[in-house]
Amino acid sequence: MKDQNPPVEVHDLTVSYQKKPVLWDVDFSIPESKLIAVVGPNGAGKSTLIKAIMGLLPSVSGHVLIYGKPLDVQRKRIAYVPQRETVDWDFPINVRELVTMGRYAHLKIFQRPSSDDKERVERALEEVGMSAYAERQISQLSGGQQQRVFLARALVQDADIYFMDEPFAGVDAATESAILDLLRDLRLKGKTVIVVHHDLQTVSDYFDWVMLLNLRLVAFGPMETTFTKENLQKAYGGQLNILSQVLELTRKKEFIREPGHE
Amino acid sequence: MSELLADFFLLRDPNVRWVLAGTVLLGLSAGAMGCFAVLRKRALVGDAVAHAVLPGVCLAFIVAGDKDPLVLLLGSVIFGWISIVLMDYLIRESKISADTSIGMILSVFFGLGVVLLTYIQSSGNVNQSGLDAFLFGSAASMLPEDVMVFGLVSLLVIIAIILLYKELKLVSFDPAYATVIGYPMKRMEVVIGTLLVVTITAGLQAVGVVLMASMLIIPAAAARYWTDSLWVMLVVAASVGVMAAISGTFISYSAPSMPTGPWMVVAAAVLFTLSYLFAPKHGEVRRWLSLKKDREKIGWENILKTLYHLEEQDKNTERARTRNEILKKRRVQPEELKKSLQKLCKMNFVSRLPGEPESYLLTALGRERAERIVRVHRLWELYLTERLNIAGDHVHDDAESMEHLITPEIEQQLAVLLGEPTSDPHQSAIPYRHSDKGGDV
Repeated sequence: MKDQNPPVEVHDLTVSYQKKPVLWDVDFSIPESKLIAVVGPNGAGKSTLIKAIMGLLPSVSGHVLIYGKPLDVQRKRIAYVPQRETVDWDFPINVRELVTMGRYAHLKIFQRPSSDDKERVERALEEVGMSAYAERQISQLSGGQQQRVFLARALVQDADIYFMDEPFAGVDAATESAILDLLRDLRLKGKTVIVVHHDLQTVSDYFDWVMLLNLRLVAFGPMETTFTKENLQKAYGGQLNILSQVLELTRKKEFIREPGHE
Repeated sequence: MSELLADFFLLRDPNVRWVLAGTVLLGLSAGAMGCFAVLRKRALVGDAVAHAVLPGVCLAFIVAGDKDPLVLLLGSVIFGWISIVLMDYLIRESKISADTSIGMILSVFFGLGVVLLTYIQSSGNVNQSGLDAFLFGSAASMLPEDVMVFGLVSLLVIIAIILLYKELKLVSFDPAYATVIGYPMKRMEVVIGTLLVVTITAGLQAVGVVLMASMLIIPAAAARYWTDSLWVMLVVAASVGVMAAISGTFISYSAPSMPTGPWMVVAAAVLFTLSYLFAPKHGEVRRWLSLKKDREKIGWENILKTLYHLEEQDKNTERARTRNEILKKRRVQPEELKKSLQKLCKMNFVSRLPGEPESYLLTALGRERAERIVRVHRLWELYLTERLNIAGDHVHDDAESMEHLITPEIEQQLAVLLGEPTSDPHQSAIPYRHSDKGGDV
């Protein structure tokens, strides 16, 4: 299913969250088969960006293309690894059931998982080293194990683009290197992986491309040319005074942008 | 009374058959559907919807002029939906918090319903008798045609849950993920909302609007104690719902002046309490027992350790110690000491030597076990002082509790991390396997 179009194109995207704009005029195009880190200070809109691309948050303006087509016809090609805290781990399901949910993308309504689906689930469990825990209720896992289970769910989905929200946050060293191996494996298979990342120390070791974000796109490109001191300073160097003031103003006035003037 | 019991449970009275069929189906559907309301943390929404259908029922009666169950059902579903949409709107678009919005919708709609009910009752319509059963339910007054309609509705809900099990599971657990993989979330919300409204409506006559929510919430809450699997939870919740339904119906049958709803709730609450206390894995009794076992273990481990310390002190592993000697070394209630020693003898960690007074000697097995405890204690002290930079005179108390907790795996990790040390911060030897080196304590 190789395409001429880039996996993800984002055009002039502006996103507001509870009437507060958090991303302003973001515009970029993501190359195929790369590991891409999304980096920026707290509140820079990193999670917001990937959520807006996946249609989890409404955008005020702009549009997103997945392999040249609108999101809604391409959803099966997108897999998502949310932040761990977004779900209730006390939910009464076990590890295998959670991973099986990744196959639901390919199942029609009323349709039950086939034996092929079940095999894929077992393989993914093995890949992330969680086979021994398949029957465990999901709250009985460590943080790193929970993260692996989330990854396995994305793996069985067999997508082309993977969005991951801080998969390395709060995991043990073994899980960190396991996740890294999986990412490299995905790249080898030609997948595109976009990862929200918080650890500046490891960015250049783990990823090919980097996107620096702080309410707007600061820089995006290959690691060597983009991950520079200058760009980091731009992304992390204090509040953008005028921009945040204007954003605050628009929030108070409940005015974001006139529609139809992109 | 026994005559009544037989009439009821042998289903001799055809009326009982009808009523029971209705309430049992209701118990099943409300129990199962309630699981999703509870797991999605929407229990209160269920309560609000249940109260909000009352004006719908009353308006339907005013328009139709009689108690045709289909018309009442329609009025109830419409108002249930209005309340859901309004709550959703308030929560999303206004500055009012979720709990305030839900509370407002609940009380305003219910108030409106009571106003309408009072109006109908004073209007002198002869058909209105029994309409107040919608407040607290009256299973005994259900007619076969009511049961047909409400029972069928319950049955449809159960079938829908079985068919949509996979979808309901995903949407309840991780709605964001469901959205990303292309689930039609708007439609799913409509389906789940409708199932909820319809389930509540089915309970109008048997349970009544005031208490219907408890038939959704209590069985689900009880079921969660018994299992970590969603489908088992659905089955258990449905069973709790059925048991509550049968109890409530029976009481309402044997004493027709008794409202059904409150008795169903009482029965469900009893079942919840039993689950809360006695469920095998998550029940409180289980928890108390394991806490008690832990406390006992700490007790006898401490005595074992004390015997070991006494041996360390005079470097004599042959001499048996009396209870007084142990008490001098470690402060403990004499009764407790007796119990711990009994336990230790039973486990073959200590042998009791007869005599006046009796004395106690560590067995080889007991010494090994004691060494492990002392080893973990001293490793932990060393870890705290060396790795966490905590002063040496502050680590003993912490190690006193950790020695009972640390697993062999962590013990191994500690030993490796600290480079297999031989003495602790107080220069006491750290026993390694069958070391018999002495040291001060």
